[in-house]
Formats: sequence, C-alpha cells, structure tokens
Amino acid sequence: MNPAILIDASFLAAAFLFIYGLKRMSSPVTAASGIRVAGLGMVIAVVASFLYVFNVNEAAKPHLVVNAALGAVALAIGLGWAWVSGKKVEMTAMPQMVALYNGMGGGAAAAIGAVELFRPGAEHTLVPLVVTIIGSLIGAISLSGSVIAWAKLDGRVNGTWRFTGLQAMNGTFFVATLGLGLYIAFAAHGHAPVWMTAAFFVLALIFGVLMTMPIGGADMPVVISLYNAFTGLAVGFEGFVLQNPALMIAGMVVGSAGTLLTLLMAKAMNRSVSNVIFSNFGAVAGEEQGEIKGSMKPIDAGDAGINMRYASKVIIAPGYGLAVAQAQHKLYEFVKLCQDAGVDVKFAIHPVAGRMPGHMNVLLAEAGVPYDIIYDMEDINGEFKEADVAIVIGANDTVNPAARTNKSSPIYGMPILNVDQAKQVYVVKRGQGKGYSGVENELFFADNANMVYGDAQKVLVSMIQAVKSLDGGGH
Amino acid sequence: MLTGFIALYIFMLAAFTGYEIIGRVPSILHTPLMSGSNFVHGIVVVGALFALLNATTVTEQVIGFVGVLLGAGNAAGGYVVTERMLQMFKSSK
Repeated sequence: MNPAILIDASFLAAAFLFIYGLKRMSSPVTAASGIRVAGLGMVIAVVASFLYVFNVNEAAKPHLVVNAALGAVALAIGLGWAWVSGKKVEMTAMPQMVALYNGMGGGAAAAIGAVELFRPGAEHTLVPLVVTIIGSLIGAISLSGSVIAWAKLDGRVNGTWRFTGLQAMNGTFFVATLGLGLYIAFAAHGHAPVWMTAAFFVLALIFGVLMTMPIGGADMPVVISLYNAFTGLAVGFEGFVLQNPALMIAGMVVGSAGTLLTLLMAKAMNRSVSNVIFSNFGAVAGEEQGEIKGSMKPIDAGDAGINMRYASKVIIAPGYGLAVAQAQHKLYEFVKLCQDAGVDVKFAIHPVAGRMPGHMNVLLAEAGVPYDIIYDMEDINGEFKEADVAIVIGANDTVNPAARTNKSSPIYGMPILNVDQAKQVYVVKRGQGKGYSGVENELFFADNANMVYGDAQKVLVSMIQAVKSLDGGGH
Repeated sequence: MLTGFIALYIFMLAAFTGYEIIGRVPSILHTPLMSGSNFVHGIVVVGALFALLNATTVTEQVIGFVGVLLGAGNAAGGYVVTERMLQMFKSSK
C-alpha cells in the first residue's frame, strides 16, 4: 500500500482517539480509560510517522539512515527519561512536573520552526512562513517560561524579580523579538543570516524567563495552565506548516481547552489572567489591617478528636499544608473511625486548595478517599450551618471570612468555604503564622473556633489514639 | 494541500471541540485533565520526527534531534503522570 495513505489514515485515527480520550477523561467514572484511549492514539501516530522514511525529499535521501537512527535514539532517550521521572514523581510535586513536560512540548514545536528556518535553499511562501515564526515564538516562550515555573515550584529558584520599569523592559523585549521575527518573514523572506535567526530564538527564550520571573509561587498554576495552552497553539501552528492535520487538531484542541482552563483557574482565585501576569500579589500584604477582636483558643488534639467522634456531621476543609505534612493517609484513617461510629463525614474542596485546581482531589485520592464524599465548594457551602464540626487542616486564606466582609483586605471578594458557620470549628495549624497572602485570619479568633496546634500528621495520630482508646474502653 | 481556508476550518472546529470538552468537566478533574491535555500536544513529536528525517545539514540534524527528544519527553511524561493520577480516583461503592 502507498505509505502516504497509511500515514494519513493513522493520523486520522490518532486525532479521533485523542478527542474521544479527552472526552472520557471528563468524568471520574471513565477517566482512567480515557488516558489509555488517547495513549493508543499516540502510539499509532508515532509508529506511523516512521513511514515517513519512504517519502523524504530528494536532498535528504543520502542522510536517511543517519537521520532515522538519530530519531530512534532521541525517541528512546526522551521516552525513557520521561517514563522513569513520571513514575517517580511525588503527587505533591505534580504541578511542576506537568510544567516541565509541557515546556518540552513547546521546545519541540520551536525546534520544528527552527529546522524550517535554518534549511538552506528552502522555498518559503509568506503565510506558512509567518505561521512558522509565530509558532516558534510561542513555543520558545512556553519552553523557557515553563522551566522557570518548574524551578520556582520545585524551590530551585526563589524570590521574584520586581523593580520599577520591569514591565516596560519586558514590553520592549517582546516588541523587539516580534519585530525581528517579522523582519525575517517579510524583509528576509525566511533567508535571514544564521545569526539573525538564532538571535530570534535566543530573544524568545529570554523573554519567557523575563515574563515568568516576576510571578509568585501562588500564581504559578495559572501560569502553567497558560503555557499549556501556548504549547498547544504552537503545536497547532507548526502542524499547519508541516501540513499535518493531526498536529493541527490536537494542538488547537489543547490550545482552546487550555485557555478555558486558565480562565477557570484565575476566576476561582478571584483574579484575572492579566492581573496574575502583570501584578504582584504579595505587595499588598503590608497594608494596614483592621483590629481583630477576640483571642485564639487552643484545644487538645485528643479532645477535638473525641468531639468529632460524637458529632453527627463533620466537614473537613483540607489545604496544601495537609499534603506537605503527608498526613492525608492518617486523615482518612481518622475519617473511617468516625464513619464507623455513624458520623456523616464530608470533604469540602476550595477551587484553589492544593497547588492547582483539582490537585487536592488527587492528593486525597492517593490516600484512598473515595471521590463521592469529596465536594466542590459551591455544592457544600450551604451545608456548613448544619455541621456540628468543621475542621480546617493546612488551609488558611481559603477559609478567611475577611474575604466576605473586609473591603481593605487583599483577598476581599475571593470565594471562601463557609467553615465559620459550623457550630464548632477546629483549626489544625503548626503555629500562629499567616497564609500565602500574608493576611491575618479572623476565623482563628472567632468565638466558635479552637486551635489545635501541631504538625498535622502528629495531631491526627493523637486524634486516632483518643478515639480508639475510647471505643476500646467501652466494650 | 491544506490551504488557507481549509486550515482555518480545521482550527475553528478543533477550538470548539476543546472548549466543549473542558467546559463540562467537574473541577475535581482539572489537574488530571490539564495533564491529559498536556499529553495530547505531545503529538508534536511526530512533527519533530518528520523534520529530522528530512534534515540535510548538521544544524538541522542537531535541532531535529533535540526536538524529537523534547517531544518524546512531553508525550511519555504526560501519559505516565496522567495515568497515575486517574488510576487513584475511585468511588466508595
């Protein structure tokens, strides 16, 4: 059979399997099979692409053996490294790992553009040439930006670059990069000197770094999602250049899905995407805050545990601190004890709990918590007033009532979990520190709130022991 | 040839498809889905492979090699982490 038809048919199958797989991934019941469907599509496409060896252009034929060997080696290294690192990564480190893999995709898209632009004697027509350059620009920004996002979330790069004129400098940089790209397209017709084309890619990579460095760690998930959309677009554009509809479809599906996901995340954090990229969250933390009345009242972990054992309804509001303390397994053990005693236990998840939307669900799932006792904020916020106990573990800003009432607070307007409406609130916390935003939390001073000080893991162990000794003594 | 308007039709329909798929997803799946869509654009490895196979100079071979390596990392890494996350979701029934 003609290899070209076989390649086209394989890509058609891959495009179908990607879309069908993503569709299945959109429900928890079918999600696990969805990724396998999409994975099958990928295998078909990659295997079929080796049939390209039958249709390479005349000039490349003498190099075919070397090129095919290089391709196989590069595939093996990339696949092997990613497979091992993906199996090893901790669930808490998932956001930065996704960022890294995403940056690699952006780099691959930029590399496709670079090969086009560096090919001697290539005949360029204007539209594909402009698309090549725009795709390369977006891909390169996504690569270097994602690497910075990874380094920041992984704690390898700390602090944020902020100085007067930073925005102006970044703006100038971007205009210069784009200008150079357009010069290569319109004035040099794709045959610019090698140094100029190389300079274009270097500038694009530097811009990705400059754009990401000023953004704080709390906002990084939104940025990762944005770069995910960027890579999708870059892949779609380079797919057009290569006349490959599978790349065009997959790239554009991800480009639009990623854009929507970015907007949803930013909305959950009560911020706009431009606000995330162009302004500084931490800078407002030094503002004057109103006096908070009342005092923080500590309670013993065992007592708090026993009170929950005898409650009829308990709602748990977990935050990233729970995962940092690696306490989700102990938490679920405690939850099961309460459930055995007839307590109705539910989890309430704030949209930005964890490090990106849905991250906390993954962390709880890792501990074996079934997803049908985990509720989204809008589904459970009305139930807090019927709850005997609400317990906050490792969360802070997402339960601060100041977001509802205090107009001068930097988190004012952010949707929060209504834990303060429960009859009794317990807050498990290491010390008296503030949250990510640096804002004091009124909830801790409320009349119905008690503080359980200590490491989440140790606190939960004490709670489990207290409840167990109670039941053991009763028999 | 996928000339101008045909390409625009493909892009437009693909964009709507992506929007519709994500629009109905419960937020508990946002992290795996971001990772899953990250995996899907790993298809870029196929384009990089095409560019590498058609390389005629050392410069093209080097860039193409890097492109395939990065693309393969994107696809394989995206698959592994997404599958690991989704495997953990289970119902109490």
